[in-house]
Amino acid sequence: MRSHARPWWQRALLTREMLTVAILVVAWVVASATVRGFDGPLTITYLVLDIAPVLLVALPMTLIVATGEIDLSVASVVGLSSVTFGLLYQAGLGLWAALAASVLLGAVCGAVNGALVAYAGLPSLAVTIGSLALYRGLAVGLLGTTAVTGFPDSWTDGATANLSESPWPVVTLGLLALAAVFAVLLHATPFGRNVLDIGRSSEAARFSGVDVRRTLLILFVLSGAVSALAGVYYTLRYGSARGDNATGLELQVVAAVLLGGVSIFGGRGALHGVVAGVLLIGVLGSALRLEGVTVNVINIVIGTALVVSVVAPRIAGGVRVRRRASTSPRDGSAVAQRS
Amino acid sequence: MSLLRRREAGIALALLLVIGVTTVVQPGFLFSAGGWRDLLLTPAILVVLAVGQAVVVITRNVDLSVGSVLGLTAYLTGRLFIDAPDLPLVVVALAAVAAGTLLGLVNGAIVAFARVPALVITLGTLYVYRGVTLTWAGSDRIDAGDMPRAFLRLGTQQVLGVPVLTIVAAVVLAAVAHYLHTSRGGRQLYAIGSDPAAAALAGLPVRRRLLGAFALGGALAGLAGVMFAARYGTVSSGAGTGMELQVVGAVVVGGVAIFGGSGTVAGAALGAMLLLTINRALPVVGIPDFWQRAVVGALIIGAIALDRVLATRRSRRLAAARDADPPGGTTAVGPAAPGPDHDRTRTEEATA
Amino acid sequence: MPNAAPMLRLEGVAKSFGPVAALRSGTLVVRPGSIHALVGENGAGKSTLVKIVGGVHRRDAGVVELDGTPVDFGGPAEAKAAGVAVIHQEPASFPDLTVTENIYLGREPLRRFRRIDRRAMRDGARELFRSLGVDLDPDRPAEGLSIADQQIVEIAKAISLDARVLVMDEPTAALSAVEVRRLFTVARGLRDAGRAVVFISHRLDEVADLCDTVTVMRDGAHVSTDAVADVTPDELVRRMVGRDVAELYPKVPSTPGEVALRVEGLESTGTFHDVSFEVRAGEIVGLAGLVGAGRSEIARAVFGVDRYDAGRVVVGGRVLTPGDPAAAIAAGLALVPEDRRLQGLVVESSVARNVSSVALRRRRAVLLPGAEAELARDWAGRLAVKAGALDADATTMSGGNQQKVVLAKWLATHPKVLIVDEPTRGIDVGTKAEVHRLLSGLAAQGLAVLMISSELSEVLGMADRVLVVREGRIVAELDRAAATPEAVMRAATPGASAVAEGGAA
Repeated sequence: MRSHARPWWQRALLTREMLTVAILVVAWVVASATVRGFDGPLTITYLVLDIAPVLLVALPMTLIVATGEIDLSVASVVGLSSVTFGLLYQAGLGLWAALAASVLLGAVCGAVNGALVAYAGLPSLAVTIGSLALYRGLAVGLLGTTAVTGFPDSWTDGATANLSESPWPVVTLGLLALAAVFAVLLHATPFGRNVLDIGRSSEAARFSGVDVRRTLLILFVLSGAVSALAGVYYTLRYGSARGDNATGLELQVVAAVLLGGVSIFGGRGALHGVVAGVLLIGVLGSALRLEGVTVNVINIVIGTALVVSVVAPRIAGGVRVRRRASTSPRDGSAVAQRS
Repeated sequence: MSLLRRREAGIALALLLVIGVTTVVQPGFLFSAGGWRDLLLTPAILVVLAVGQAVVVITRNVDLSVGSVLGLTAYLTGRLFIDAPDLPLVVVALAAVAAGTLLGLVNGAIVAFARVPALVITLGTLYVYRGVTLTWAGSDRIDAGDMPRAFLRLGTQQVLGVPVLTIVAAVVLAAVAHYLHTSRGGRQLYAIGSDPAAAALAGLPVRRRLLGAFALGGALAGLAGVMFAARYGTVSSGAGTGMELQVVGAVVVGGVAIFGGSGTVAGAALGAMLLLTINRALPVVGIPDFWQRAVVGALIIGAIALDRVLATRRSRRLAAARDADPPGGTTAVGPAAPGPDHDRTRTEEATA
Repeated sequence: MPNAAPMLRLEGVAKSFGPVAALRSGTLVVRPGSIHALVGENGAGKSTLVKIVGGVHRRDAGVVELDGTPVDFGGPAEAKAAGVAVIHQEPASFPDLTVTENIYLGREPLRRFRRIDRRAMRDGARELFRSLGVDLDPDRPAEGLSIADQQIVEIAKAISLDARVLVMDEPTAALSAVEVRRLFTVARGLRDAGRAVVFISHRLDEVADLCDTVTVMRDGAHVSTDAVADVTPDELVRRMVGRDVAELYPKVPSTPGEVALRVEGLESTGTFHDVSFEVRAGEIVGLAGLVGAGRSEIARAVFGVDRYDAGRVVVGGRVLTPGDPAAAIAAGLALVPEDRRLQGLVVESSVARNVSSVALRRRRAVLLPGAEAELARDWAGRLAVKAGALDADATTMSGGNQQKVVLAKWLATHPKVLIVDEPTRGIDVGTKAEVHRLLSGLAAQGLAVLMISSELSEVLGMADRVLVVREGRIVAELDRAAATPEAVMRAATPGASAVAEGGAA
């Protein structure tokens, strides 16, 4: 028996993720050719600095969506960790200690979500809408409308500094490293296989001995911790810890993840697609901004892209899906209908 | 049915408790002209939105774009007053409701025909609709001076001690509740949310009903936009931003299951009143209002956890009942434990 | 009215799903005032035929006529409107609606202003239940109804629709004796009212008791149609199986070794009670009983997918942590579950990932490309899995090959104890024999096998020992010699006179 119907490189190219990558490349080329100043070094610097929080949060979000769940509380965790980082620094704690404590708090926030979703069996959509309000409320409650500023220059500059003479900020290295870690986790470990299996059929995963609940808990903890890390970065990047930092970021993250080809139903998704999705939003944003288009239009573009990215494959695949549905003998149909 | 009624009674009780405690701390919270008015007036807009959202959620969908629809229609209302000062109030209001209906229909059409999850679609249209408003309005703002005095008076006027907007909300609530309870279409909405696959198999007009639910949700968001303009007198391009989460929160607190099939619009309306009344009560009892959102969040989580506890207890009772009367009574296949909700989104896919 | 014109007539109906021909030539002629039995083994094509009649599937070829007029239903709703109702084994109802609403959904009686007339609706439901002779509260929610009651609700719906043809798809499989009697009374009432009833079952005693005509199907085709009085049960079995029974059940005698699996006092409220048994290495133990008696639930609890309230499970001397399938797998337990497509496989995943999903993932920290294919190629070869490619989705395969993939997935973990739940449900006869040969061979090599099956002949043909489950309790243990169909059925059926505690264990 053949192990593969097509050679691996063909299979790798003919994926939904590669479509996003291709669109990204086209967008980049078109922007470089037509938008004045897009190919300048500053564009890259600001692009990376701006997308960094979105990209960070999108990494664990990819895995969560791949299991068929969602975490809408991420932006609130970013805000809460920004506040605790600021307050702890203000209280005289060292910056490293403040960072560690904030990330720990983020992990706890994620654990609360995860426990409610995985162990109490509550729908993640509803739970994280609740914790979105809860964590943001804590952030705003702790700091009110004030802000903590005055972080040491060495840290705030570090967050925006470039790698020697290149246009690439130092954080690029961290982003690449973390993206690589998550890519390996999703694509080359048993854990990642289980994540995708849960998204395709959590029942079948359970019957294969996968601890579905623990897997979900781990993912939500990761999501909280990485969001908190993004919160610290956000604080340093703008030099200000505020309760309303990163409000609404969750929608951008979810949009980027779905644009990157992760199925909202779970079970399908690849990390390079999501990275491309995040970059695509960033490139569109900075190109349109350079063109003098306001942020409003960018919202329209992102929203439309999101709708199209979900609807288009559905329409294109409609015929194929229907054919497949009618060709699968339903020996377990009674169960399937009732589940 | 009894369980549902108990659920709404619980919310009503919590609402009374909040009002009672706050009134003890500060009698003016209830027993003053302003206090009474605010108690009824503040939740009116959210109640209208929550009623519309409840209808959508009952069908196992969600509409995240309501805040953006409210913003767009509120701005449209103000714009019409400026650009066409001769139009009667009613026509302006109807135009805004019609615009809301149209925006809701767009959501519904994509969800029903492309069979993609409402969460994603309405997240997208949340951006798009808001973007349209921002582009249209720019930094422009509509102020009280731009709108007719008679219109603005509706926002604060009272009839027999009840604010007009509250009456509007109550009429909307009664009408939708009546529809859901007594019409074929209303019962079908519950059936669709209860089991979409079975609904399609039973030959119910699933698409038409989904379109109707989203259109109604949009229409009510449009009405809420008009109410918003009348109530606050100023409309900026950011009106209603972030409101979608409050609305979904109110619906969930009110006992409408996020995965469809159960709950009532009355519960959703009570949930909206509870959320906003707590918001106003916190400062009175000495909690800085910065903490409002945290309390709301805790309340949402508490409500869904409570619903799960009730459901689990009920299925335990059914399992125990099976042991109690075995022969001739019941035999059942399948696990006694309630099915994990993780599987439910997949069911939707299977129906597609 | 045996000579009345046929109400429903199917001739040469065919249906394929991709490469699998589920129905080659289905023929069925049903007359009004008749209860017509449709019998055949699993995979004979009965369910596909029923789905075509009920509008779930569209036929590829052949004729379907209702009252002499050709029909082609585009969906279940069209079939219903034309007067054909199918009562499924586990009907799909709307759990959040009341029983009454379930019956009248979409065609509720209306009052003025198109408001639903709730009183008329409730009275109607009550009248329907009265005419069926059942006692059901029309105001209770459908959630939590027993399967028997769900079927009654479906029948009430069909009658209120004035359905002329009622098809009951294995309705009795999950029912207790009392419930079966109630259902039969209802069915006879329908027959006497001049409706046509199609009754699918593979319990021939029920067929003899209830039906007047019987049609036999095998391998997707019509075999014969006779008056029930004209044909003996033995003859029916011969026609259904169509081959020598010994060929289908190649049981190799084996000598049991050490106790591999011991279950002690397992208890789960509402599901099963005080379940204790042992399976020895090299032994095949059959778990027989009615559908819904709790057999699968016991298997799930033993494996750890479900929790239990009391008792313990010991595998190879190790006590398993309750509710922890990973621990069970580590101790050498494997479960081939009841529902292949929902539980056994991740059908959207490739064959390679499915086969390697347990064995490889437990051993490796990092999965390099190719590792999965290597393991899968090995096991797919050993079990003669037919698939286009190892990276093809499991969805594209036939039921038999899917089952081989599930078996490969578990055998790759080198288990000590293998639990198989309905191992041959819905797969073709050829593969069925292959699976049986495989199980028999594995037992001969010292594997302990616990086999759950609703097919009595399979249990009797394969097992060294048979445990009978009734209403969540093990009520009998019969050795190979004592395990006759009568003995097993008597023990399995609630309300039967004496409990057969026969047979030395």
